[in-house]
Amino acid sequence: MLAYDLLIVGGGLAGLSAALSAVPGLKVGVISKVHPLRSHSVAAQGGINAALGNHPEGADDTWEKHAFDTIKGSDYLADQDAAELLCRQAARAVYELDHWGAPFSRLAAGTIAQRPFGGAGFPRTCYAADRTGQVLLHTLYEQAVRHDITFHNEWLVTDVVVRDKVLVGLVAYDLAGGEIIPLRAKAVVFATGGYGRVYQRSTNAYINLGGGIGMAYKAGVPLKDMEFVQFHPTSLYGKNILITEGARGEGGTLVNAKGRRFMEDYAPKSMELAPRDIVARSIQTEIDKGNGFENQYVHLDLKGVGREKILKRLPAIREICLRFAGLDPIDQPIPIQPAQHYSMGGIDVDAACASRVGGFFAAGECACISVHGANRLGGNSLLEAVVFGKIAGESASRYLREGGGGAEGERDTAEATRSLVARIHSVRGRRQGANVFQLLNKLKRLMSDTAGVFREAATLRRGLEELAKLRDAYRHVFIFGTCGRYCQEMVVLVEFEHMLEIAEVILLGALKREETRGSHFRTDFPKRDDASWLKHTIVTRTDRGPEVSYRDVQVGRYAPRERVY
Amino acid sequence: MTFKILRFNPFKDEGPHFQTYRHEPKPKDSVLEALKDIRDQQDPSISFRYSCREAVCGSCGMVINGRITLACRTLVEGLGSDEVVIEPLPNFEILKDLIVDLKPFWDAYRKLEPFLHASGDVPETGHRVAEKDMDGISRYVTCILCACCTSACPVAARDGRYFGPAALAKLYRFVKDPRDERPASALERVDGPDGVWGCDLVFRCNDVCPKEVRPADGIEGLRRKVIAERSKRLFRRNT
Repeated sequence: MLAYDLLIVGGGLAGLSAALSAVPGLKVGVISKVHPLRSHSVAAQGGINAALGNHPEGADDTWEKHAFDTIKGSDYLADQDAAELLCRQAARAVYELDHWGAPFSRLAAGTIAQRPFGGAGFPRTCYAADRTGQVLLHTLYEQAVRHDITFHNEWLVTDVVVRDKVLVGLVAYDLAGGEIIPLRAKAVVFATGGYGRVYQRSTNAYINLGGGIGMAYKAGVPLKDMEFVQFHPTSLYGKNILITEGARGEGGTLVNAKGRRFMEDYAPKSMELAPRDIVARSIQTEIDKGNGFENQYVHLDLKGVGREKILKRLPAIREICLRFAGLDPIDQPIPIQPAQHYSMGGIDVDAACASRVGGFFAAGECACISVHGANRLGGNSLLEAVVFGKIAGESASRYLREGGGGAEGERDTAEATRSLVARIHSVRGRRQGANVFQLLNKLKRLMSDTAGVFREAATLRRGLEELAKLRDAYRHVFIFGTCGRYCQEMVVLVEFEHMLEIAEVILLGALKREETRGSHFRTDFPKRDDASWLKHTIVTRTDRGPEVSYRDVQVGRYAPRERVY
Repeated sequence: MTFKILRFNPFKDEGPHFQTYRHEPKPKDSVLEALKDIRDQQDPSISFRYSCREAVCGSCGMVINGRITLACRTLVEGLGSDEVVIEPLPNFEILKDLIVDLKPFWDAYRKLEPFLHASGDVPETGHRVAEKDMDGISRYVTCILCACCTSACPVAARDGRYFGPAALAKLYRFVKDPRDERPASALERVDGPDGVWGCDLVFRCNDVCPKEVRPADGIEGLRRKVIAERSKRLFRRNT
């Protein structure tokens, strides 16, 4: 049986950071369901936050101010010690990426360029034009090549094997080989990204099904704050491709069908650079009031940005508009609408990225520490992936050095493998049944209809009822293809089981949280309620179904106040 | 509309063959979206790589009506044809349907040490790099390693040892980076027929590149560096 000291699941920014920070001498492997350069980190555009103070208007910026903005942006649901840790590490993380070759855009002085972003007091977001995620992912992958890190690309992890609350192994489907493979591991870091494709309208890559989060849940690790789903204000109408917040940072304005710059009515001080939850809600409100175009979208106008800046700082946005919408943002407004973008919630871990299961660590979007609370600020996700990916690699190394991971697990791992093989065999034995791709499309519509930007008890309840029907349909799923190699039906079949769980936890958390905070807006409870709800939702899987409990938020030097922008 | 999709099941089929599907795409649908809809609604067994669907991850390189490109950035209506023929990238072995084995592509990339060679500790306040120097490599860092160029390259087609346009352009990206300190000897590795002198200068790579990287310009840039390095060596030997 293949055996590792440390297996990292996911080859995006968090996974690669974890791999690079694992102590030399350990046997480390990275498993990724796609080639690492195809990971969704590649699609991040606008930048990564660090209070470098390079921009003339940002000379007085400090990591403490970054932390305050992050906590305020989170609607005070972030754990303040964790948010401070994130922001304290930011400058060092960015300089390290630069030293590893990241081609950050430069100011005239030769220092790393920074731009304004939503909810930030200063121009703090370091960028490489509008391809920051792409260059950072390539940079970390290049370092992984340099250090000759072992990869199992196009392997889908299907199960986490736990014995007596200690991680002992994984099961994976090798797509090219067409086989189910048992893997022994003394520790794992999950860096499997978000679940955006649980929703119909999402900026996320097609591959973001969220299976990793569901696998952890199934293995006994609780999920935290899953009801907090970020809707990005500006996705390209129709395609829902991300149009970076950097477009507004560079001066883009939002205009409704009446020609009004409507953010005046919602965030008079910050206007278009209010945090994402507020801007997304404002846009949706305008559309719902009948002030949108075709009742579907509003305009993001870049005319004020100007040709030269668009060509230099937003070239990929221009390419997206030309290619996918047939318009040139230099002289035409971009039709935009909110779309699911990011998961603030995730696998419940502490600031060392450790979970309740020994040897099981998680980092990046799949994890919830929590640093983003109820609403993440733009530019903080790349930062979180890099900083906490590294911490996860270090924590796992420490766990191993201190003697963790000695448990016997070969038999359990082999058993889990046999059980999956048997299940696939039985599904393949059916002559007919449900098409899993069509079930997936149904789930997406269900979630968009019942757990979107605005929520209320009745629709959330309806979502849970319809979800139960989908769960029944999934019992009769069928695989059409006969080839075991690159059987993408099997990939979705495995992940869909976990997506059902994720959807349930989102709906349930949203139904129980009878308040409005950050991205979670309850039309039937439109006010924040700190007395009852300044706490994290923790959902644990039991044989009887999900069990919901709560944990207090770690409040530090910033007492919760009303958010005004 | 008719979609002719190349199918190949290595465990069953003697060779690749076309399968025809009828499908009416929605306005502005990309070829990737059409493929997905055909798979979801008609034939879940079709295999193809995909991820970002916005031309930044490099997964979905294929041949569409004879043209090598990314399926996600090709709109069906832009093809101006009622028939869409979809084949896997050439120059690579087909593993299943539209999925090819890119191992030779990644091997060539790895051999040229595609990472910044910067010595010493992380500088306290970062590297100072002139704006124009960073702008000078921006085209090359836009490369997403989708392998369209290597697929289109006639040299790569006939000589498996040739590094190919993507790997060479990547090396140029680093050689041109003012932070890079790799020894000049790194250029010797590409000073031969499997390196910069292998290029036929027919610029098929520039034509097909979906990101307008123009890899051949990188190869040409490397040639100048290689010659400059040769003359430096000659000069050193003569003094």
